Amino acid sequence: MKKNYSSLEKRESRQFFMYISPWIIGFLIFTLYPVVYSIILVFTNADMTGSGEFVGLENFKKAFSQDPLFYKSMLNTLYFVAVSVPLSLILSIIIAILLNQKNIKGMAIFRTAFYVPFITAGVAVTLLWGWIFNAQYGLINYALSFFGIEGINWLSDEKWAMPAIIIMTSWSIGNTIIITLAGLQDIPQQLYESAEMDGANRLVKFTSITLPMLTPTLFFNLVIGVINGFQIFTQPYVLTEGGPNYATYTIMMHIYNHAFKYGEMGYASTMAWILFSIIMILTLIVNRTSKHWVYYDN
Amino acid sequence: MQGQVNIQNPTIKYKAKKGKMEIATRIINYVLLVVLAAVFAFPFLWMVATALKLPTEVYTIPPKLIPKTITWDNFIEGWQYADFTRYTWNTVVVTTLAVLGTVMSAAVVAYGFARFRSRYSGLLFAIVLGTMMLPNQVLLIPTYILFSKIGWLDTLAPLIVPSFFGGGAFNIFLLRQFFKTIPKELDEAALIDGANTFQIFYKILVPAIAPALITVAVLSVAFHWNDFMSPLIYLNSDENFTLAIGLQFFQNSYGSSQVQMLMAVSLITVIPLLILFFIGQKYFVQGITMSGLKG
Repeated sequence: MKKNYSSLEKRESRQFFMYISPWIIGFLIFTLYPVVYSIILVFTNADMTGSGEFVGLENFKKAFSQDPLFYKSMLNTLYFVAVSVPLSLILSIIIAILLNQKNIKGMAIFRTAFYVPFITAGVAVTLLWGWIFNAQYGLINYALSFFGIEGINWLSDEKWAMPAIIIMTSWSIGNTIIITLAGLQDIPQQLYESAEMDGANRLVKFTSITLPMLTPTLFFNLVIGVINGFQIFTQPYVLTEGGPNYATYTIMMHIYNHAFKYGEMGYASTMAWILFSIIMILTLIVNRTSKHWVYYDN
Repeated sequence: MQGQVNIQNPTIKYKAKKGKMEIATRIINYVLLVVLAAVFAFPFLWMVATALKLPTEVYTIPPKLIPKTITWDNFIEGWQYADFTRYTWNTVVVTTLAVLGTVMSAAVVAYGFARFRSRYSGLLFAIVLGTMMLPNQVLLIPTYILFSKIGWLDTLAPLIVPSFFGGGAFNIFLLRQFFKTIPKELDEAALIDGANTFQIFYKILVPAIAPALITVAVLSVAFHWNDFMSPLIYLNSDENFTLAIGLQFFQNSYGSSQVQMLMAVSLITVIPLLILFFIGQKYFVQGITMSGLKG
């Protein structure tokens, strides 16, 4: 009897491995092998072909003491993440609450209006924003003129180029909105009903029910937002090419340039791992603090 | 009679006041929703407006939304400035094959994780989730060297082939969650009827999670259609360019002086995504809201 059971177990295990085999092969080729290879590259001066000599910690020395653009691009990226992630979280909460109302006509149209910028976010839409930010003929400066604000040279002013990219990326937060909306719909309606019986007003209901119950979703969005934010590349590359005067030059662009323009695979890999460590540390910090602000159901 | 009215009066008054407030907040919410949706939709309108303008009307102060004369020439002329037909074909090939690979392999792998137990299934699923945290940039360079060694540079293969190996951790996770919502008794009944596990998979479970599969497909279409960084890294020659690269190339060469054409071509490349979203959106919102992201 026992033997029979274990052979069943074996058969199930065999089937398990059969079905997940595409992932296992992919993991070995496209994850495990690159990770190991990349760690080796960190200690070499490898070129485009991947061959090079062992140089010890030379690449780290270069990043931290001989490459001012490394700091500049890292600071730019931090600036982007520090502003764009909270901004998109706040915006997504407001919009998701509005989208969560009942008995609103044309809700599908509203949801589409907010989601479509996410679906279309790419080079075409980045070029559109380049036109919107046009200093002379662009929409934004025109809109600002109604408030008596004089035109800003968005993409050619060092001060304003990064804010322009932040505005642009805050526009394609459709996915964050939908995930927040899903979180809102999971909040048990009875909580609101019993709070109403106790005479709670809107603000109290928001701060003592909606926000705490939404924290797991916010936590998820925060972590994903930080991970994605650190990898910002396409928008600054297409819109400003990192300029003016490196004001929108991000760490991903720096890694890209060193790897694929200058063929310094070793150095680029080193910076990739430094970036990864920073993302990891921040994620761990968020995770650690989550005990204090994320509400868990059980 | 008189007394009765007096007694009920306070409640009626209270209810009326509460009703009025409800209406007021509903109106405010409505207005907010309309204004915000307009802000989000307006850039597209601006794109359409610019694409339909004569060159003389593009650069006017103040900017005008509705062109005096509507012209379609920008679409035709812009399209001919570069080999956009070729870029579109390449993009269609990449997107179709990559999405097929993503949906098929993510579904099969998710099925494995959802339905079969093994001593290692917990550990392996933890690794799947772990790879979600591992950012692209670390894998980018070795993967490039790998593809360069097997001679895949400047071909579409690097953009397609990896999709067939699991379809991405997030998609596996999402589909596994969906498979788990379907009672296992369904599988067992089919098993007794003589179906094998693969038949159970594609005859029973796949149809049952169609909204989730459509969600994965739509997101994956959008991703591959818009992907810029991978084609930028892997493709060199004009004949292999995808739309994203072609558009950027077009902007660098002519864009700043030909905004109306740039917008026209950009619009053409965005339209397939819009159509797809409109078709898929019914399943789509359902697919995401049901995904149970809390794990």
